[in-house]
Amino acid sequence: MKLTLHVWRQSGPRDEGRFETHRMDDVSPSMSFLDLLDMVNETITLEGGEPIAFEHDCREGICGSCGMMVNGVAHGPDDLITACQLHMRSFEDGDEIWIEPWRADAFPVMKDLVVDRSAFDRIVEAGGYISVRTGSAPDAHAVPVPKPDADRAFDAAACIGCGACVAACPNASAMLFTAAKAAHLSYLPQGQTERLERAMGMVATHDEEGFGNCTNHGACQVACPKGISVDYIARLNRDLMKATLTGVGMEGSGGD
Amino acid sequence: MRRVITLYRSSVGKKVAMAVSGLILFGFVVGHMLGNLKAFESHDGVGPHPLDAYAEFLREVGYPLIPEYGLLWGFRIVLLAAVGIHIVAAVQLWRQSRSARGKGYRKETSQVFSYASRTMRWGGVIVAAFVVYHLLHFTTGHAHPEFEYGNVYDNLVIGFQNPLVAGFYLVAVGALCLHLYHGLWSIFSTLGVQNPRVDRIRRPLAAVLSIGLFVGYAVVPLAVLAGILT
Ligand code: HEM
Ligand code: SF4
Ligand code: FES
Repeated sequence: MKLTLHVWRQSGPRDEGRFETHRMDDVSPSMSFLDLLDMVNETITLEGGEPIAFEHDCREGICGSCGMMVNGVAHGPDDLITACQLHMRSFEDGDEIWIEPWRADAFPVMKDLVVDRSAFDRIVEAGGYISVRTGSAPDAHAVPVPKPDADRAFDAAACIGCGACVAACPNASAMLFTAAKAAHLSYLPQGQTERLERAMGMVATHDEEGFGNCTNHGACQVACPKGISVDYIARLNRDLMKATLTGVGMEGSGGD
Repeated sequence: MRRVITLYRSSVGKKVAMAVSGLILFGFVVGHMLGNLKAFESHDGVGPHPLDAYAEFLREVGYPLIPEYGLLWGFRIVLLAAVGIHIVAAVQLWRQSRSARGKGYRKETSQVFSYASRTMRWGGVIVAAFVVYHLLHFTTGHAHPEFEYGNVYDNLVIGFQNPLVAGFYLVAVGALCLHLYHGLWSIFSTLGVQNPRVDRIRRPLAAVLSIGLFVGYAVVPLAVLAGILT
């Protein structure tokens, strides 16, 4: 296949950035999208240029590092996959492909296609944990969990923190990520103790980090490689309302 | 109060405020639409037209227990507050989201979101502009060529005999119903309703209510243009 690629190049956080065009002639349909970028990088390196920086690790859709916008769609045109799982057979010979980093104020571009997603870590730090007594492992099944709840918690826990939800959202909101990270705990008995404080802390950090607010478009759910449902956002909203209106989530606890 | 303020400080809280004020406005819009349909009630030629009588009733309801206009002003204050909250929260959220995107994409492919969800903000601005015009038109009469206080039916018919005015009403009411099509769907998520049985009826419910409202509002100017209401 012959393809024309327009790739975002930016040498560092303070660089203006620009698109760079590469024409590739021998692209095999069975290559993965990251293989294609590797191939481009080989040519660039041979010509003595600086290779395109992009994040990758597992190359099998589990680490969440490889996200990029492909023709305006997070992780490219196919559903329920990450960019590393995208294959060139999803494109036609002669296609033009625009490759851009995630765009969000809270995700500054570090270099080319690499963005800093540590805002996500700070949201998790603000409540995405439970307090348990450590020591010897408890007996399996010591705490019964109803099967539907276990399933919902597990579906939420499938989030790999890739940031596609933010990238696709017209508001650059991270509510899908935040809701998934809250829900995989709030469906389980172990997650009940801090449930409301968690909602408060995580939403407050979400806002402080500079993400936008959710207007229920649903673009995140379509972009998400793990099929995380927007229903979790409703659940987080409800927990937040409960936390503030009952005064539980207030500083010093107990409220006024 | 402190709790409500804490809620409002978060983006979720501002959305809750928009949902609650939006629900109040929706209730008004339904009631207003039903009231407008009084224009179709037959009139025997003696006494005031049923629409005029209804408007009169709104001004006097509760009298002498409460002063004339009392309840009407009560409602107006609630509505004004709802409009104010709705707009202030919308502007705050709009600004938050605009700065959140930063540099936009060169290549944009909008995924799933409906036309309605993409036009909430500008659609809202159009509706707000319409409400101002509408009040000057039928309530105060400043934007009406032959306004006579209290002759609601005549004001309405004369107003809509101008096809431009009637057309503008249709466009504005269309914008409102598009706004409600997304809003009525969205409100469940914002208020934390998460139930598969409710989920299934959200879309149809939003569609039926918003289309029903559009038809209910549109028939009045259309009937005037068609010469059915004279
Ligand atoms: C084609 C559609 C509509 C018609 C025919 C219509 C008709 C009227 C009429 C005749 C009045 C004056 C009543 C009186 O003199 O007492 C009125 C008042 C009003 N309308 Fe509408 N209306 C329409 C749509 C809307 C919409 C979509 C809104 C906005 C949400 C709206 C908001 C108002 C408000 C706020 C008032 C003033 C109520 C008050 O005086 O306190 N109307 N309308
Ligand atoms: S919710 Fe989905 S799109 Fe968002 S970070 Fe998690 S896996 Fe990625
Ligand atoms: S490289 Fe790990 S998800 Fe793509």
